[in-house]
Amino acid sequence: MMAPLALSDFSVVSSVAAGRDATIAALREGRSGLAPCTFDDFPYPTYTGEIPGLDAGPLTGELAAFDCRNNRLARMALLQDGFIDSVAAARARYGADRIGVFVGTSTSGLRQTELAYRSQDHVSGGLPAGFDYARTHNTYSLARFVRAMCRLQGPAFVVSTACAATAKVFGSAARMIAAGICDAAIVGGADTLCATTLYGFHSLGVIAEAPCRPFDAGRRGISIGEAGGFALLEQPGAQHGAETVMLLGVGESADAYHMSSPHPEGVGARLAMERALAAAGLAPADIDYINLHGTATLVGDASEDQAVFGLFGGATPCSSTKGFAGHTLGASGAVEAAFCALAIQHGFLPGSPHTREIDPAFRSRYVREGRPARIDRVISNSFGFGGSNCSLVLGRAG
Amino acid sequence: MRVAIEGIGLCGPGLDGWAASAPVLAGARDYEAAPTLVPPSALLPANERRRAVQTVKIALAVGAEAFAAAGRDPAATASVFTSSGGDGDTIDQILNVLASPNRELSPTRFHNSVHNAPAGYWSIATGSRAASSSLCCHDDSFAAGLLEAAAQVVTEQCAMALIAYDVCYPAPLGLVRPIGAAFGVAMVLAPAGGRFASIDICLAPKSTASVMRPAALESLRRNTPAARSLPLLAALARGEPAEITLDYLDDMALILDLAPGC
Repeated sequence: MMAPLALSDFSVVSSVAAGRDATIAALREGRSGLAPCTFDDFPYPTYTGEIPGLDAGPLTGELAAFDCRNNRLARMALLQDGFIDSVAAARARYGADRIGVFVGTSTSGLRQTELAYRSQDHVSGGLPAGFDYARTHNTYSLARFVRAMCRLQGPAFVVSTACAATAKVFGSAARMIAAGICDAAIVGGADTLCATTLYGFHSLGVIAEAPCRPFDAGRRGISIGEAGGFALLEQPGAQHGAETVMLLGVGESADAYHMSSPHPEGVGARLAMERALAAAGLAPADIDYINLHGTATLVGDASEDQAVFGLFGGATPCSSTKGFAGHTLGASGAVEAAFCALAIQHGFLPGSPHTREIDPAFRSRYVREGRPARIDRVISNSFGFGGSNCSLVLGRAG
Repeated sequence: MRVAIEGIGLCGPGLDGWAASAPVLAGARDYEAAPTLVPPSALLPANERRRAVQTVKIALAVGAEAFAAAGRDPAATASVFTSSGGDGDTIDQILNVLASPNRELSPTRFHNSVHNAPAGYWSIATGSRAASSSLCCHDDSFAAGLLEAAAQVVTEQCAMALIAYDVCYPAPLGLVRPIGAAFGVAMVLAPAGGRFASIDICLAPKSTASVMRPAALESLRRNTPAARSLPLLAALARGEPAEITLDYLDDMALILDLAPGC
């Protein structure tokens, strides 16, 4: 079993909304952030969850060298809801060198290099002057940026396990705190739209033309989104009231099956959920809501339905929130942890916009319409390329 | 955090496996630079072996070597992969296609572009469903991976594989991000025992990193993030007690207190 950690604060930005209040309002209203894709002249019809304002507002001052779409989004997420002030308070409490930064991303600032390759000098073939690989493209750039903006000097790294990345960072942070390497940690991360993922998922034939419809009989694939979210994890103390959301368990597994397709019977998915429940010391019946990975691919949803039904039976309500913000790839773990934390705090079980008719072959208890409900404990699933799986168990402190 | 080292795998320029490289790293034999030779992996079927990208080949080769030395089953062992970047050729090819008029990508190239591609192939090849993570910490990726793997060994009292690798980028990325050479190192870590050594790992304020001799190996250490492991490997090869300092971020160091044998 793992020792529970408090989410002392958390922040979230997606195409649905910026900030916690606007996000729970959108979840209540069933308001999706998906819109017809206008990014990068992508020539195929699809919907994306694009965040307005990222093209404007470059990073300036001492953070100027980090300027790229992904770090702009990370900045936006750090500034939501006073999250960075909570980090500053923790820094005063523990010391800058005792707070870790373990964040996730799939493509980091790769967008910057996509643009740089299009601006190559035709004579020399070189990338444009001023291109800063380490602070933009490199996968670690995100953690380096968060560390710089939050003025932290503790241990840091980026986890990049495709779409499971920002769930797995919760596990890394829990281990680091348990091992005494740090006292608190910023977890979460960001992933932004780029041509690599749009054209890449298109090449796999898994991008839907219309907004994604998770668990729908007529689902046609994913809608790609961008998002950022962070949480401050620390050991629970007197400052944490009954409404504080706790990290109770993390479960990780690998599929050992295929690079870009999940195990058809959801074997790895089920293992991740079982390990998360074991780490939390809970049984399936203790869970009030399952936030599915549910990207709306044909095989992905079918595989997850088998895993969920196999472990929980058909009684536990579940939904995928991909219809709200799209599949935010490496950010989905952090964003959906934030959705789950809001669900617990506000007593609201999120529905599934765009899902019309649940696949009749599915047996788990899929919730299409959001509704008020007391939710004490949730499990949130994130599964990625390479068969990388991670489930988080979150719960109410009191 | 004290962890035992049960097995080592190594693949670098002029460093062909641990057994052949240990005398060189211990200073008993001269170092001769040569292009990195990646041995074909018995873990991959023949058609996959031909198609596999360089990061996957290196990671699987050093991983298999370390597990053979440890006499442990990779299917039952959790793993941490760490690299300063992805597969250079794959990323360059994708970026070139996306900068061209016809932007259609190959699906295989796309899945090979994810940072955890070697971890995915490892899981498939070994049949391992154990937890596996893939980290990046730019030049300090080896130190970050060691920290993460050791924390897991200590908190979960389990064995872990640490697999670190880097490959070069072609131009134009290679001009702004030069990597010295393709390099991979793997270690099987355990809570206790370990026929090589045990190391006590401690996070400390910045201090001068341990260096290598001769100059060619020091140059490899400086220019190849995964080769930042060389001072640790050299101490393991000498089989004597040692204190090694690894750079970790701008403001910290990892101090490794090594006790040989067990």
